[in-house]
Amino acid sequence: MSTTIERDVSTTTEGHKEHPQRKWQDYFSFSTDHKVIGIQYLTTAFLFYFIGGALAEVMRTELATPDPDFIQPEFYNQTMTMHGTIMLFLWIIPAGAAFANFLIPLMIGTEDMAFPRLNAVAFWMIPPGGILLLSSFFNGAPQAGWTSYPPLSLVSGKSGEEIWILSILILGTSSIFGAMNFATTILLMRMPDMDIHSMPLFCWSMLATSGLVLLGTPVLAAALILLSLDLIAGTAFFNPAGGGDPVLYQHMFWFYSHPAVYIMVLPFFGIISEVLPVHARKPIFGYRAIAYSSLAISFLGLIVWAHHMFSSGTPGWLRMFFMATTMVIAVPTGIKVFSWCATLWGGKLSLNSALLFGVGFLSSFLIGGLSGVMLASVPFDIHVHDTYFIVGHFHYVLFGGSVFGLFAGVYHWFPKMTGRMLNETWGQIHFVMTFIGFNITFLPMHQLGLQGMNRRIALYDPQFETLNMVCTIGSYILALSTLPFIINVVWSWLKGKKAPRNPWHALTLEWQTASPPIIENFEEEPVMWAGPYDYGIDTESIDGDEDVEDMLAAVTAEGK
Amino acid sequence: MNIPSNVITLIAGVAMTLISLWYGQNHGLLPMAASNDAGQVDELFNFMMTIATGLFLLVEGVLIYCLIKFRRRKGDTTDGPPVEGNVPLEIVWTAIPTVIVFILAIYSFEIYNRMGGLDPMVAGDPGPNLAHAHHHHSELVALDPKQQNIALGLGVSPGSEQGVDPLEVKVNGIQYAWIFTYPESGVISGEIHVPVNRPVKLAMTGGDVIHAFWLPEFRIKQDVIPGRETNLVFTPNQVGEYPVICAELCGAYHGGMKTRLYVETEEDYQQWIQDNTFAMNGDIDESSVALNPPPISDREFLAPYANDLGVGSDTLAQLKSQS
Amino acid sequence: MQSSTVDSKSQIAIASEQEAAEHHEHPDLRMIGVYVFLLADSMTFLGFFSALLIYRAIIPVWPPEGTPELELLIPILNTSILVASSFVMHRGQTALKNNDIKGLQTWFAITAVMGALFLSGQAYEYFHAEFGLTTNLFASCFYVLTGFHGLHVMTGVLLILSVLWRSREEGHYTSGSHFGVEAAEIYWHFVDVIWLVLFVLVYVIN
Repeated sequence: MSTTIERDVSTTTEGHKEHPQRKWQDYFSFSTDHKVIGIQYLTTAFLFYFIGGALAEVMRTELATPDPDFIQPEFYNQTMTMHGTIMLFLWIIPAGAAFANFLIPLMIGTEDMAFPRLNAVAFWMIPPGGILLLSSFFNGAPQAGWTSYPPLSLVSGKSGEEIWILSILILGTSSIFGAMNFATTILLMRMPDMDIHSMPLFCWSMLATSGLVLLGTPVLAAALILLSLDLIAGTAFFNPAGGGDPVLYQHMFWFYSHPAVYIMVLPFFGIISEVLPVHARKPIFGYRAIAYSSLAISFLGLIVWAHHMFSSGTPGWLRMFFMATTMVIAVPTGIKVFSWCATLWGGKLSLNSALLFGVGFLSSFLIGGLSGVMLASVPFDIHVHDTYFIVGHFHYVLFGGSVFGLFAGVYHWFPKMTGRMLNETWGQIHFVMTFIGFNITFLPMHQLGLQGMNRRIALYDPQFETLNMVCTIGSYILALSTLPFIINVVWSWLKGKKAPRNPWHALTLEWQTASPPIIENFEEEPVMWAGPYDYGIDTESIDGDEDVEDMLAAVTAEGK
Repeated sequence: MNIPSNVITLIAGVAMTLISLWYGQNHGLLPMAASNDAGQVDELFNFMMTIATGLFLLVEGVLIYCLIKFRRRKGDTTDGPPVEGNVPLEIVWTAIPTVIVFILAIYSFEIYNRMGGLDPMVAGDPGPNLAHAHHHHSELVALDPKQQNIALGLGVSPGSEQGVDPLEVKVNGIQYAWIFTYPESGVISGEIHVPVNRPVKLAMTGGDVIHAFWLPEFRIKQDVIPGRETNLVFTPNQVGEYPVICAELCGAYHGGMKTRLYVETEEDYQQWIQDNTFAMNGDIDESSVALNPPPISDREFLAPYANDLGVGSDTLAQLKSQS
Repeated sequence: MQSSTVDSKSQIAIASEQEAAEHHEHPDLRMIGVYVFLLADSMTFLGFFSALLIYRAIIPVWPPEGTPELELLIPILNTSILVASSFVMHRGQTALKNNDIKGLQTWFAITAVMGALFLSGQAYEYFHAEFGLTTNLFASCFYVLTGFHGLHVMTGVLLILSVLWRSREEGHYTSGSHFGVEAAEIYWHFVDVIWLVLFVLVYVIN
């Protein structure tokens, strides 16, 4: 059999010292290696993050003063639409996929994803999709917001809108392909000793995410196909001028786009569940509760979409139903937050950049979660819907939650991804600037919204000027905060200290292989010599130079 | 430090509760409330704010405490205690949020009901009124008179006095202005004047794209959708001048789409109606034009407005002839 | 990839094997992938179906006044052709399991012809319909649903043709290893089931 030959050959050529190394060209090629794809996703996502961030700064500059004096209102709307679309579809979602790609096979002790080629296809749909979207700037970018509600989206900037639809269809398909891979890999390719309850929590959260992608994204595709026909073929599915129903679009759109919020935040819940125990030197608190709450969030996420439409065309009883389901989501989310706090409690916290971003995540996501429960309440939501309160809320969820989690993940896995350590000092400067800038930018927005400032506007009432100026200053700090990060990453990648195999003394399997991992991931079959979070149980201490007695003595001393 | 730890916890708990209770009432985040319903929404918000402040202080307190108390000391290379969970504790922090959201849901339901959100007149969704769509060229269709009883939005509060006829005002949202029509007197205006302490019923529809009619001081908002009627009912209880804001992205000058709501005494209101009835009989009321945002010229502003009127009467005539 | 030192002959043999052979221990999960993909694809149809059902529910007169009665003869013929083709196709796979490549080719060829017949029936219906894409909401729904389904049928026919093309090579499909055959068949059944739902929603209840 030819396969036998191959196996023999591969053991003779690779079983020994020399492992083939990745060349830099591989990162620009159609590689099927999940680690290469993961890094491709991550760097691409960061490129789009900088573009999206620049657009945000343009908007904040415009909003520093009440009059539309910096850019034209029309261009403001284009900027706003592109900022939203880029940050969601080209930054957060691909960044989540980046970690999923890099980590899942390593964490479950396998060689690659279930469908490596499909995986590469999924990644290579992102750059064309993104470039297509950006190209709309030359031809009148879309300006109906990332929600693209008809009839506005049908009457403002047709070509931009059509480009927007096409690019979202491409990115959505990519996301579906990715999710097919993640779900299949997690469910069917775990190493033999690993049952589903001993797999790392990141895998659980990616399982929940993938389910949402697979069930939600196709419905968005259906909605966008209909919208596209309205736009170019003259049908009237959503166009009241021809008898259509614009509210139906909102239902179909939010059926995907509310789960999309969880698609964007669940991967980072997973990352936090990995980062906190390692740097707190304690087992995760309530493994099963965290694992199942991901699934609960994902299930509930499918039946709450109309809370985005409380002030829209939804009848009263429907508003009440969606209020109830939305509030219930607070319970599994609360379980997670409390469990993370309990994980930190009593631990031995190394206050490094990864843990700081993890704690930053907890403290900011908390605010987003609390305002989220408030928003579930229909009478209150009616007041603040489509105001800056909402803008504040979702930035606390998506920036305070996802992006802080993402940076925690970058600081945690950078040594594994590149084989180099990041500089701690620069990392902490980055954290402090991000945390301060973030809160100055987004906290005042809650008050603005409550006081009566609506969102998506280039000109506003002069009474809101002071707070807006504060937000703008905060956003500049936020922009500056990326500088220490960029310097740190570039410098460390080129000249940083070489990373050992397991710099954090973590227990998940990705730390059992070299940094960066060899092409086949593991030299030999990885061994599950401990559960993913068995800290404090094993006798090995952090530096491995204390013996059992010392450890036990320390533990008993702690207890007293 | 054996005994005090309990005491400290207790003191911290009491302090947290007191701070939450105080902040929940004194956050000063909301603008004035100009109707009874608005006051009730504020109470709901204050209640949520109290709970949120409590939870915020609890979790942030725990985080800061952890960062200080449990940070790794120099030279300490051991792991933390191998605590993997605590079932009673986990049950507690599952149960407490469940109870909280249960209470919140019931409270919100109650308030929503009191605001008239479940008024049977408005609770149904008739869907877009397009039965006769093909009778007209591609224009928007006026509302089917048979279906005016049911629409979307907020209805009459169940607790409000019976027998007081609400003042009906038709609202038309167009890029980028609000047009108010008073069916009783035939007044058409770009700003809305209402008498104090009388319920106002707005029958709203959009002329081009979706808008949203928002009265921040009344805590009410409802999308204004082309091809459908939506409703808002409110009872102002304070004389004053309030902003009317479009809260749904409707185009480049969305930010400029605002006007004023004047709550007046009955006499002032009647006076205004009278003045404007005269104005309507003469030339087109200039005052309704004065409020449009600077970037549009008067003619641009009036074009959709006049167009809309034409369609409205046209369709109404047609509907009458059919029934 | 890592087997670059294997002599060229066995390399070709590997390459002509399924792609999973790239990694010696890589399990073949492609059928699972097909199922997961079809799950996602069915959600797209669900989106379209629910749009249609919501229009039905909220629009006072449905189908809108002036929509001509749909001619049922062709669709019923089409339905029976498509349902029958699923059984025909299954015989092909059964034949392959008995190592009967000729049988596979025959039955699959018949299925492809039936698929083509279905598509021509659909085309006939389009050309003779009394309404166009933009006539009214019902007409738009009709064309989008049947058109999107028709695209799926066309893809199915192409898949079958590609199976036929590959089956010319001896040993490409064996009773033990025939991913392409299985995938094409599952896909075809899926398209068939979707059609039955579509038929009920578009033709029967309107």
